[in-house]
Parts: sequence; C-alpha cells; structure tokens
Amino acid sequence: MENFEFINAIVLLANFVIVPALSYGSQLALATLSLTIIYGVLRFSNFAQADWMSFGTMATILFTWLFQSIGITAGILPTALLALPFAIIVTALFCLLIDRSVYSFYRKQKSQPIVLMIVSVGVMFILQAVVRFIIGPNDRKFFDGEKYIVHALDFKNYFGLEEGLTIKSTQLITVIVALVAMISLFYFLQKTKLGKSMRAYSNNEDLALLSGINPEKIVIVTWIISSILITTAGVLYGLDKSFKPFTYFNLLLPMFAAAIVGGIGSPIGAVIGGYVIAFSEITLTYAYKKFFVYLLPESLEPSGLMQVLSTDYKFAISFIILVIVLIVRPTGIVRGKII
Amino acid sequence: MNDELRAPIAFTIMGILLAIVGFTQSWSVSLSVINLCIISSIMAIGVNLQWGYGGLFNAGVMGFTALGGLTAVLVSHDPIYEAWDKAGVGIVISGIIFVISITALLFVFRNIENKQIRNTLIILIIVFGLIGINNFYGPSIDIIESINPAKTGFLGGLGLPIIFSWLIAAVVAGLIAWVIGKITLRLRSDYLAIATLGISEIVIAVVKHEDWLSRGVKNVSGLDRPVPYEIELQQSEWFLNLVEKINFSKLEAIQSLSSRQDLLNDLVIDSSGIFVKLCYAGLFFSVLLLIFYLSQLALNSPWGRMLRAIRDNEEAASAMGKNIFAQHLQIFIIGSAIIGIAGAMLTTLDGQFTPGSYRPLRFTFIIWLMVIIGGSGNNLGSIFGGFFIWFIWIEAEPLSIGFMNMLAGGLEYDNPLRMHLLGSAAHLRLFIMGLLLLLALRFMPKGVIPEKIQKK
Repeated sequence: MENFEFINAIVLLANFVIVPALSYGSQLALATLSLTIIYGVLRFSNFAQADWMSFGTMATILFTWLFQSIGITAGILPTALLALPFAIIVTALFCLLIDRSVYSFYRKQKSQPIVLMIVSVGVMFILQAVVRFIIGPNDRKFFDGEKYIVHALDFKNYFGLEEGLTIKSTQLITVIVALVAMISLFYFLQKTKLGKSMRAYSNNEDLALLSGINPEKIVIVTWIISSILITTAGVLYGLDKSFKPFTYFNLLLPMFAAAIVGGIGSPIGAVIGGYVIAFSEITLTYAYKKFFVYLLPESLEPSGLMQVLSTDYKFAISFIILVIVLIVRPTGIVRGKII
Repeated sequence: MNDELRAPIAFTIMGILLAIVGFTQSWSVSLSVINLCIISSIMAIGVNLQWGYGGLFNAGVMGFTALGGLTAVLVSHDPIYEAWDKAGVGIVISGIIFVISITALLFVFRNIENKQIRNTLIILIIVFGLIGINNFYGPSIDIIESINPAKTGFLGGLGLPIIFSWLIAAVVAGLIAWVIGKITLRLRSDYLAIATLGISEIVIAVVKHEDWLSRGVKNVSGLDRPVPYEIELQQSEWFLNLVEKINFSKLEAIQSLSSRQDLLNDLVIDSSGIFVKLCYAGLFFSVLLLIFYLSQLALNSPWGRMLRAIRDNEEAASAMGKNIFAQHLQIFIIGSAIIGIAGAMLTTLDGQFTPGSYRPLRFTFIIWLMVIIGGSGNNLGSIFGGFFIWFIWIEAEPLSIGFMNMLAGGLEYDNPLRMHLLGSAAHLRLFIMGLLLLLALRFMPKGVIPEKIQKK
C-alpha cells in the first residue's frame, strides 16, 4: 500500500503540474524564440509579437473553416495542422508588407532601438484592430479530431490507482511539433549557410556586410522564421486552450519574461526561459495538499492548501520572476547577445 | 510652418473641435470629454517629464494610475471599525513581519560576502517570513472579508475629504516609484520598458486580488465628491434663481404658467449636470495649470538643463560629475507622482474605483501616444496630445459607425457583411490610433508642438 501512495502522488503531480507545464512551456518557448530572433537580428524589442501570434492563429482558423467547409479534415489530427502552412505563408507575407512599409524606413535611418520599439507599439495597435475586425474579440475554439490520448478514467481502471492521468492529444502534438520546430531552427542556424550568415549579421553587422552578406535577404529570412515560429506557437496554444485576441495579447509579458530570464538574444536561453516561466507559473500556484496527503502519514497531514501563491497571481508570477532576474542576474541564465 | 505659431493653431483647432461636439451632440458630452482630456493631459505631462526630459521609457503608467485611484479610496472611504477591531492587529503584525523580512533580506544581500552563508540566510528569511505572514495574514483577511461582504468587506479608508487624496496619491505613487526605480533604472531603455510594464501588471494584480485592501473586482463605488450633487443643486434656491436668470428671455416667451414651470424644471435638471461638470473642470484645470507651471519652471532651471544634458549625452554628463542614476531616480519619482495625482483625480471624477478596468492599452500606451504625437520634451505638446488623442479616442466610435454605414450603404438591412461591418466599427479606433502613431513617427517625429531648443 505504501508504494501505491507514492505512485498516486506522482501521478497526481504529473496530471496537474508536469503535463500542463510541459505543453504550455513548449508553446511559450516557440513564441519566445521568435521574439529572440527579431531581437537578435533586427535589434529591437517587438511589442507587436503577441499580436502577430493572434494574427497567425486567426489566419489558421480561417483556413481551418475553409477546409472543413469543403470536407477536408485530418482524421484523428486537428484540421488546423493542415491549415498551418497556408496561414504561415499569409502571416509571413503580411509581416514582410509591414516591414517594407514601416520598419525598413527606420532601419535605413539607423534609428535607436527604442524608436523601433515605439514603432512596434503602433504596429501592435493596427494588428489588434485588424484581428478584431476580421474575426471579432470573442473566444473561439477550433479543435477537432481525437481529443484524448490517455483518459483519466481508463488510466485509473487499467492501473488500479486512485488518481487518473489525462493526456490530451493537443498536449502531445504541442510537444512533438515544438521539438521538431526547435531542432530544425537550431540545425538551420548552426549548419546552413543562410543560418550562419544570419548569426554573423546578428553578431556584428558591419563585419557581416563587409563579407558580402546581403542585409535585405537576412531581414526577409528573419521575418519568415519569426512568422513560422509565432504562428505555430499561437496555433498550438489555441488548440490546447482557445483563441481570444485579448488572452494572446496578455502572453506578451510572459514572452518577454522568458526571453530575459533565459538571456535575451540567445535561442537556447529562450527555450530554457519558456519552460522556466511555464513551470514556475504552474508549480507555484498548485495546491499541494492532496500530494502531501498521499506522501505523509496521517498525523503530519497539512491543514492548509499548501499553496505558495494564490491562483489569482498566476498571471503575475512571470513578472515577479522577471523582476528577480533583473535584480540578481540581469544577463539571464544563458549569457551572450548573439543568436 | 513657424514653430512659434504651432501651439496657438493646435489649441485653436482643439477648441473648435470641442465646440463642434458641444453644438452637435451636447455641451454635457463636450464637458465630460474635456474633463477626461484634462486628466489625460496631466498624465501625459508626467510621462513627458520622464521621457521628454529624462529619456526614461516608463511603460508602467497604468500601475501608477491605479495606485492613485487606490489612494483616493483609502483616503476618502469611511473606516470600517468592525474590521479594524477584529482583524486590524493581524494585518498590522503581518505588515511588520513583511517589512522586517525585506529589511533583513537587503541587509544580508549587501553585507554578507560569503556566498554559501548568504544564500542559506536568504532562503531561511524567505521561508520564515512566509510562514510568519501566513499565520497572521490568512485568518485576518478571512475575517475582514466576511464582515458585511456585500457592502464593505475591506478595511475602509481614513474618511477624509477626497480632495486630500490628490496630494497623498502623489506621495504614495512617488514612494512606490522610488522602490521600482531602485530596481529598474539601471536597465537599458527597452529593458526598462519591459520591466516597468511587468511591474505595473503586478500592481494591478495586487489591487485586483487583495480584497481586504481594495475590495478587488467587487469595486468600491459611491465615493464622496468634492463638488455638489445634482440633486442638491436642483433643490437649492440660489441655483433655481440662477437658471431662471440665465434663461430669462426663453422663459418669458412662454405664456402658459404650467408649461413655463415644466421648461424651467427641464432646464434646472440639464444645468445641474452641466454645473457639476463645470465644477470638476474648474478644479482639474487649476491642477493642470499648477503642474504645468511647476514643470515649466523645472524645465528652465539649471536642474532641467542638467536632465536634458544627461538625456542627450550620458557619458558627457557623467564625466562632468553628474550622478546619472540619482537624477534618473528623481525624475522617475516626480513623473510617477504626477501620474498618481491624475489617477486619484480620475477615480474622483468616476466616483468609483474599478480595478478590473485598468488595461495597459488604455492607461499606458494611449498616454504614450499623447506624449509622442503632442511632442516629446514639450509640456504644451503633452497637454495638446492629451486633449487631441483623448478626443479622437472618444469620438472615433461614432465616426467609425458613420463610416461603416457609408461603406455598407448599398447593402440590405440584414446582410451579414453589413452586420459584420457595423459590429466591428468599435475596433476601428485601435486602427486609427496605430495609424496616427505610425504617421507621426514617420512624418512628424518631433510631434505637433516640438521641443524648443534653447540656444544661448
């Protein structure tokens, strides 16, 4: 029996902490990567990035509806995965359009990063308007296909435990897609000629120009990569939870927090930061009472909820971590400014 | 255009716009817009001090506004004696433990060199601090929130006239700005923006969820007013006489005594609303003038010159022996205090405190737009920006609906496209704001009323 208690406790933790944090962390890591790529190459903090996320997700939803209406689905997988490549193309094109018409002017003027940041606030307003105008401000679910891989009830019956474990298919898809995206990004940056020239440009612009790297090409590639990452992140988040423009806008600060905690400008740091933020948000607000009830003998059982912070503060945790990191180690976990 | 003429022209256009609203919609609407314009202008001056004089990007405007609002509640609301009797001690003790823990943490952080001992001590202080606070804090807030939860359920305030809160809000916002500035002001510009944006969200989270302090999302309404109530006016002799005197010719023209009385009643109700708004406008405008006057004095003093020198060339100013961090901290505190005053004024005007309504778009980014479009570094520009942007923000909605109606003019009444266009009209104002900002940055990067470069 003693052993079962222990397994029950672990399953409980996996169900409510580890699995959700892993999938949220993967979504956040992808989004943060796109923020980091922009910061590394174009050298400004892009306040519009969360709204690019809503834009990409909105495009995916529209394509999903189109596919569903003509009868194309992906079987047990969500149709949104089929729509994703098309949405990425639309998002990338729109990104490039905005870059041509807005950002490129300030790049030529060699404006301060802070000016580009203020410009990105303007873009943020416009994107919010566009997204709300096209799809509206309401909550939308666009998930279809098989919902669960492991169902709590089946799990309980199969193993004869008190606690069940639920794994939603979106959670597995999230982790797999995120891993594939991250590995291909790192392969691209480290092994291909284009990726290497991007890193060179990010490291030292003048030197890169001297060695014949075409800056316009680098800028275009950067926006395309950023759109791929941010659209994928947005779609995975939307499949897992739901799509609402305001919620997506609120992801901006966790994204920045993850980027700074990991070490701004470093892609490895972005991934680490994403998971750190996600795990702290969930571990710090989870009530461990039941967990300890399983582990401890009856006489020692806790009376309170055993919660570090109330769930009201879930949203604020990423900023608290951000502030602590800024005080204690402003360079972030992974030092260095190059991608 | 001659730079000297820009300010008069800009303000004349603004006046004409407000007058148009007065004639076409109503003077009551126009006055409400003006009141909010004045508050926005004060916030914009606060941001302008930080950005225009000091070059600091404070994206935490929302947080200081909310602090001002909270101060208004804590100063003006009557104290809830029952809550203080039953749980005041617990709250005070947990407050003391909190302060002691923070002081101890700072002491350990600064004075103990050995890393191992330091880290152990830090963890110990945090753990014991949390346990200590939880012991007193949890039970106390449960008691406080259970006392008459539908009406109060919080500690209440000091019960002073709300107008005092404007001054106290400056002190509170300034103190918090001192703490925040100590943490963040050593950061580079865009880090500073992100950090302050994050901290303002923490402030909002506290105000929203610490019900014992602010009633949280249950809101505090029915705050007292610095100006008379409409209903009191309608019953007072002098006001009736005043309205009768002003509208004498209009009333004379009506023969029947009863319909004359009816008209008078209508006029009294209308004018009492306008009178109250005029009172607010007078109060707010005096605060605006005072703050503007003081900021101009500061800008033209040696202190203002030093700040601009730091903004334009930090290294040179530092080489001249100026303490950059200390100056940045000063201007950050002053700017935030001004934003705090505006926050308290806003809550006074609303008569209620609604933590859920503080959103970064409305309270941070719009204020930034005012400063940048108005002209960073120029207080007159900020005032103009405050008026202009707030006016657009309010009037964009009716205009967008008109525009959409025009677009959908040829369509059937229940055409889905027409319904969609009209339903989305409200979002056009975000588009207008973004477009204004981008156009201003591109074609008028110094703003409508640019900073005056003094050459001597």
